[in-house]
Amino acid sequence: MGRAAHCSAFAVVKGQGLPRRRQCNHVSRRDRTGERPAGGLRQLPRWDSLHHELFQSHMAAKTAGMPSQLPDSEQNQKKDNTRSLTMSGHVGFESLPDQLVNRSIQQGFCFNILCVGETGIGKSTLIDTLFNTNFEDHESSHFYPHVRLKAQTYELQESNVRLKLTIVNTVGFGDQINKEESYQPIVDYIDAQFEAYLQEELKIKRSLFNYHDSRIHVCLYFISPTGHSLKTLDLLTMKSLDSKVNIIPVIAKADAISKTELQKFKIKLMSELVSNGVQIYQFPTDDETIAKINASMNGHLPFAVVGSMDEVKVGNKMVKARQYPWGIVQVENENHCDFVKLREMLLCTNMEDLRDQTHTRHYELYRRCKLEELGFTDVGPEHEPLSLQETYEAKRHEFYGERQRKEEEMKQTFVQRVKEKEAMLKEAERELQAKFEHLKRVHQEERMKLEEKRRLLEEEIIAFSKKKATSEIHQNQPFMVPGSSLRKDKDRKKEPGYRFELLCFDVRACETSDGRTDTEEGRRAPRPRGGLGSVWRRSQGL
Amino acid sequence: MDPLRQPPSPCSPRPSSPRTQSCEMLGYVGIEAVLDQLKIKAMKMGFEFNIMVVGQSGLGKSTMVNTLFKSKMWKSTLPGLGVPTPKTLQLQSVTHVIEEKGVKLKLTVTDTPGFGDQINNDKCWDPILGYINEQYERYLQEEILITRQRHIPDTRVHCCVYFVPPTGHCLRPLDIEFLQRLCQTVNVVPVIARADSLTIEEREAFRRRIQHNLRTHCIEVYPQKCFDEDINDRILNSKIRQERIPFAVVGADREHLVNGRCVLGRKTKWGIIEVENMAHCEFPLLRDLLIRTHLQDLKDITHNIHYENYRVFRLNKSHVLPRGPGWVNLAPGPAPSPASPQATPRTMKVCRWTQDNSDDEC
Repeated sequence: MGRAAHCSAFAVVKGQGLPRRRQCNHVSRRDRTGERPAGGLRQLPRWDSLHHELFQSHMAAKTAGMPSQLPDSEQNQKKDNTRSLTMSGHVGFESLPDQLVNRSIQQGFCFNILCVGETGIGKSTLIDTLFNTNFEDHESSHFYPHVRLKAQTYELQESNVRLKLTIVNTVGFGDQINKEESYQPIVDYIDAQFEAYLQEELKIKRSLFNYHDSRIHVCLYFISPTGHSLKTLDLLTMKSLDSKVNIIPVIAKADAISKTELQKFKIKLMSELVSNGVQIYQFPTDDETIAKINASMNGHLPFAVVGSMDEVKVGNKMVKARQYPWGIVQVENENHCDFVKLREMLLCTNMEDLRDQTHTRHYELYRRCKLEELGFTDVGPEHEPLSLQETYEAKRHEFYGERQRKEEEMKQTFVQRVKEKEAMLKEAERELQAKFEHLKRVHQEERMKLEEKRRLLEEEIIAFSKKKATSEIHQNQPFMVPGSSLRKDKDRKKEPGYRFELLCFDVRACETSDGRTDTEEGRRAPRPRGGLGSVWRRSQGL
Repeated sequence: MDPLRQPPSPCSPRPSSPRTQSCEMLGYVGIEAVLDQLKIKAMKMGFEFNIMVVGQSGLGKSTMVNTLFKSKMWKSTLPGLGVPTPKTLQLQSVTHVIEEKGVKLKLTVTDTPGFGDQINNDKCWDPILGYINEQYERYLQEEILITRQRHIPDTRVHCCVYFVPPTGHCLRPLDIEFLQRLCQTVNVVPVIARADSLTIEEREAFRRRIQHNLRTHCIEVYPQKCFDEDINDRILNSKIRQERIPFAVVGADREHLVNGRCVLGRKTKWGIIEVENMAHCEFPLLRDLLIRTHLQDLKDITHNIHYENYRVFRLNKSHVLPRGPGWVNLAPGPAPSPASPQATPRTMKVCRWTQDNSDDEC
């Protein structure tokens, strides 16, 4: 549609003024059940239709356009400190509200309802009945361990009004054995919607006109028809919700209470709510056109409702009703229940006000609390007005300074640790070095010892071989007896032929303290050197 | 237009998420009564409209404003009465509340005497741009307060009517410079002033040439092409754009008797020029555009596009708002347009803070 409205419903007729606006008539609408009210909205004139002769290239000498009216004199209005002006003719900005409305029509409307109540109390049925449609929801189970919120969005259209309706249902409310945490999920959900809007509003590049507003505009609280008083859970939940959302309490399944009991029940409920300080939504009474009806409705709160989508034949019409053996409870009969009042108040009269209150009161409160939590204030310590900008800058400096400090600290600790580690490593290195030295020395000593031993051994070998040489010489000369016995001895000794050869000599043998030659020893008997590795081989023959 | 802000335009329908279902209602519910509620609320609150007229002296700006709103907004200055031309450009604002059939309108008209009157007109648009940006700044400051008012007073300029002198040739360099700068910040409606000095053929030729000039220099006047939402709008607006912009208007605030009727007009020796006669001048078209059909649209575009652009530019420069999880991290903001607020002395405070920040960053 845009800036142009449909031209067909409107025609400029010369000589007549602009058509009159449709009157807002609540009483007549109630009687109609299936028809739309007669007489559409006053359509906005299109710019080119105001001068359609011009654009049909119809050059006429007669005057086209709006006929100049006789000068009207308007009343002088005193308004604050701006001057008011009398106009000497018709200017035409009375179409401003229509321009506004057209824009809203084009954008579409958005309405979000939260239904809080126990499982099975009739929330879904009531919503179905309210909007006269079946939203296709099945019964929910009673056995959920926690309260959850389920949101569903529907697009409805009536004549040229498009409504995006979101129904949020509490699933599992009041079913648990321990109900302490029942209302917290609801509060969290509402806060989350406010938070999302706040974030969008604080963005640099934002698109608020395109934003799908999911803030809850009204909360229908379903009270079960015990006839006595409010349950504690109800009281607690309503108390925690009343500063965040508009609450409208309704008595569900009102066909379970008789009329007299109902009156007493309502009075009891309202007095309990008032005495506990629960602020429920009051229908606004500041505008004259709806003040009267709103005031009277305020006296009927909470509404006792019955919901049903089943149709029953009453008289010669099919009406929505519930059929019992003892009678038929008609939903839209004012004598039977307050359903019509609820629909009237909720949709026809106060939808815009509910949205307005949500935005200007509840949302602003949330926003203020949230920003104050973050540390922003409007007034500085000397009570001069402090802009958000200055506060933010101050905070930024503060945080920046703190960050610097923390960085310094961390650097210090890091450097210290590094130093410590270095020292440790140096220490270890030194130790290692010392050990190495020590071991080297030990090794050196060992070597020297062994060298010594070897030298000795070699000397002995030389001595022995010398001795052997001399003894052989001696044997060769006297030859006979003295030597033979010796020789025989030798031979005899040699005959079985044990000759022990030193195969290897182990350095490890530290007990070579006696220093005697092993060969001599070995000839007599093999004597292992304590198992320290000397390997002796017995060999035959010489 | 600003490359940051692209269509969809301000009034497009909200997108439907994939989870929304369309439901049939079986009977009448009464949702459309919300329109009445809207109207009642609007009437109670009243409307605001701020208009600025820019042009050289003697082009009939004050008279035009008086004619538009059929009241004595200003005393139109008659030539030769010893009123000295102001040495510098000074902006004068006057506010009135007018009511018609229950609808209250708070109208603010800003005049710019001295525009283009000096010998050296260099940068004569700076005070005007400064004023416009100052109004945006005021609104922004109100908007980011913690405790906000219920209804933030709207002083932003919704429409700027630019008076083109009826030379009959084409747009002058001063006009082109001014229009180029202003079209990025505010809705501009150019009009040919004192059109009674041009014949009908001359008017048409002048209009064509002006349109050609506007196209050549890429000046987007209101209604802007990039904000057309649907086909109806496009048809309507192209009619306005191609055939009628700029409107050739004549202003008059005296009444004369013509054929037994009292009409607003200018009396000359060769006839009476009737202001509201479409054959004589296009004043009714201008009036209808501004007031009867497109007023809300002007306000919407100012609020949703121009103001948002200003806000983005401003916040990028000074990092005012806290960062939340939805923070959009933009690269260091766009090169400031010639209409940067730092140029004017009015926004000194802004200057100081942005200076500090730039020091901080580097």
